Amino acid sequence: MSEEKWDLVIKPKSSWIDLRFKELWKYRDLLLLFVKRDFVAVYKQTVLGPLWFFIQPILTTAMFALIFGYFGQISTDGMPKLLFYLTGLTLWNYFSDCLTKTSETFIKNQNIFGKVFFPRLIVPLSITVSSLLKFGIQFILFALVWCYYYFFTTDSGINPTQEILVVPLLIIMMAGLSLGFGIIFSSITTKYKDMNFLLAFGVQLLMYASSVVIPISLMGKYAWIFKLNPMVNIIEAFKYAFLGVGEFSWFWLGYSFAFMCILLFFGIIIFNRVEKSFMDTV
Amino acid sequence: MKTVLKAENISKQYRLGQVGTGTLSHDLKRFWYKARGKEDPYLQVGAENDRTSVDSSGYVWALKDINFEIAQGDMVGIIGKNGAGKSTLLKLLSRVTAPTTGQIKIKGRIAALLEVGTGFHPELTGRENIYLNGAILGMNRAEIKAKLDEIVDFSGCQKYIDTPVKRYSSGMIVRLGFAVAAHLEPEILIVDEVLAVGDAEFQEKCIGKMKDISGEGRTVLFVSHNMASMKALCKKGFLMEKGRMTNQGNMTEIIETYLAKTTKSSANGEIPADASSMNTGLAKYKSIQLVDAKNTSIERVNYMADLRFNMEINCKSALKDVIIDLRINTRDGVELVHTMNKYGNTNKQPLARGLNLVGCVIHNQLQPGNYSVTIGVHETNGVTLDFVENILDFSVMNIGEGENSGFTYDFKLGHVHFNSKWKIEN
Repeated sequence: MSEEKWDLVIKPKSSWIDLRFKELWKYRDLLLLFVKRDFVAVYKQTVLGPLWFFIQPILTTAMFALIFGYFGQISTDGMPKLLFYLTGLTLWNYFSDCLTKTSETFIKNQNIFGKVFFPRLIVPLSITVSSLLKFGIQFILFALVWCYYYFFTTDSGINPTQEILVVPLLIIMMAGLSLGFGIIFSSITTKYKDMNFLLAFGVQLLMYASSVVIPISLMGKYAWIFKLNPMVNIIEAFKYAFLGVGEFSWFWLGYSFAFMCILLFFGIIIFNRVEKSFMDTV
Repeated sequence: MKTVLKAENISKQYRLGQVGTGTLSHDLKRFWYKARGKEDPYLQVGAENDRTSVDSSGYVWALKDINFEIAQGDMVGIIGKNGAGKSTLLKLLSRVTAPTTGQIKIKGRIAALLEVGTGFHPELTGRENIYLNGAILGMNRAEIKAKLDEIVDFSGCQKYIDTPVKRYSSGMIVRLGFAVAAHLEPEILIVDEVLAVGDAEFQEKCIGKMKDISGEGRTVLFVSHNMASMKALCKKGFLMEKGRMTNQGNMTEIIETYLAKTTKSSANGEIPADASSMNTGLAKYKSIQLVDAKNTSIERVNYMADLRFNMEINCKSALKDVIIDLRINTRDGVELVHTMNKYGNTNKQPLARGLNLVGCVIHNQLQPGNYSVTIGVHETNGVTLDFVENILDFSVMNIGEGENSGFTYDFKLGHVHFNSKWKIEN
């Protein structure tokens, strides 16, 4: 009797490193349905629909070009101001969108989580994927602007490099970093709601320290401090790939990649622990 | 019979009051104890789950040392008062939250229905929501696709299946939600009071479906306050009380034990202090008795004889105006009568400080059978001062007084007698 085989044992706490990827894979259809829901629902309630995905980066870019480029006279590494800011913003927006939304995983979904069990990690993963679709649309905007400057202006100085092939990897790293930070924040906010406030302006501040506005070339000998921020290396590499300015360093990209792996690893561990008991504290 | 679900010593502890004050200091203390290899300092404290007394520790055991086994094909009902731990137990079984101690072992796929239509999105169509809800409940795309027609048929929403559910009536949403859940086909199904929603026809459909499910050799665990449907559906029952599982066994016996336990007034009508399920301390029922015309206490009344209730209420201070109500239920928990001392009229009905005697005479139209009485005192703004459920049992006999005889039939349909006039023309 004691050696019976059970399909599932519900215990107080699992061991620290029990990531249960098998269960996650079983629910892959749910992930796709969540992605579809997020995407369809967003523009069903609006008048302009998916056009909003264009308007937001256009306005922000124009504002940056005016304030930092025109009034502030901050260097754009010799690039056309609009293109320079749009390049950084396109990638940054993906990161900040993804981070803000995943950090609300537990708070926003407590109704569903309180009634049905499924691997909770499905929700932040689906947000990462649906944000990727939005990024795809904004990338088209970026590509159009880039084409305009590359083909129709003579002295823009744009010089795309072969590192453009690394871009998919850069996007994956951005996804990983935002997912990692997002699930850690969402785990903490279940108990300490203060984190919501910190995150809201933290993300904004972080943008100014992530070479979206101020290129790393302006930092001089303190540049390495900024490069400890894993986002800096990715955004600089992204700019280098498309514009030919900025910095591309395999060493620092490796650092960002390692940062992402460690972040994700600990993020998933913390998330899995919180998901078991968050209904009691939220 | 093969055991498919086994609970071993499961307990669940909750923190009382506002979570968020002092949690950091408690967490740090926990960490410090753990770091030194000691036991969690907060696991030892914590009162049992009793809402009438507040424990100073701030922790409470919603469940304590629960053990049970369920065999394949069993249909088990869980009963107990509000707050006895039924919902907490279902939450643990459905993995919404983890137990504090102990473990639950399960064979086969388990699905919990704590709510119908979980995760429905108003902007999506009925069809899209079937896929979404099905996936949330653990089905994959292929399974849902194979059963889509059946689900749509069962819900009765064929016409609107490609309309966003925000245009649905609430009844239709419930139907659609239950239809998805009913086609889940898990080995173990856990159901929480979902039958309380929807119209009578749909409820019947649901009960039928649940019978089918258990007929197919699957296991069903069912929580409800409706003793009638519990009795009809389940052979086996668990009784829960203050976070513990006090009885297990035959459903009919369990229901009787439950009702016997909840009715606690003694022979002279004295109401025990812990009988109230809601009490503010301002007013408290001291006793209740059913009496005959000569004011002697009785447990049975004749058919069509007036019901006379004498109650005593103790007040800490004088109350300007109160609503006193009395309900009569069947033993299955169906409310038949709800009568009050006032119906919106302006006459004030004050209670004095100290002991008040309250009398209530009801013209008895109940058919022969067993009934139980629930009483309450409320302020006129609706605040309940004292509420005692099923405190007194009585039965109506089939013999009557004097010439208007008794209830002469040995069959009985319905619970209440209505006067009627008949006319036959030839």
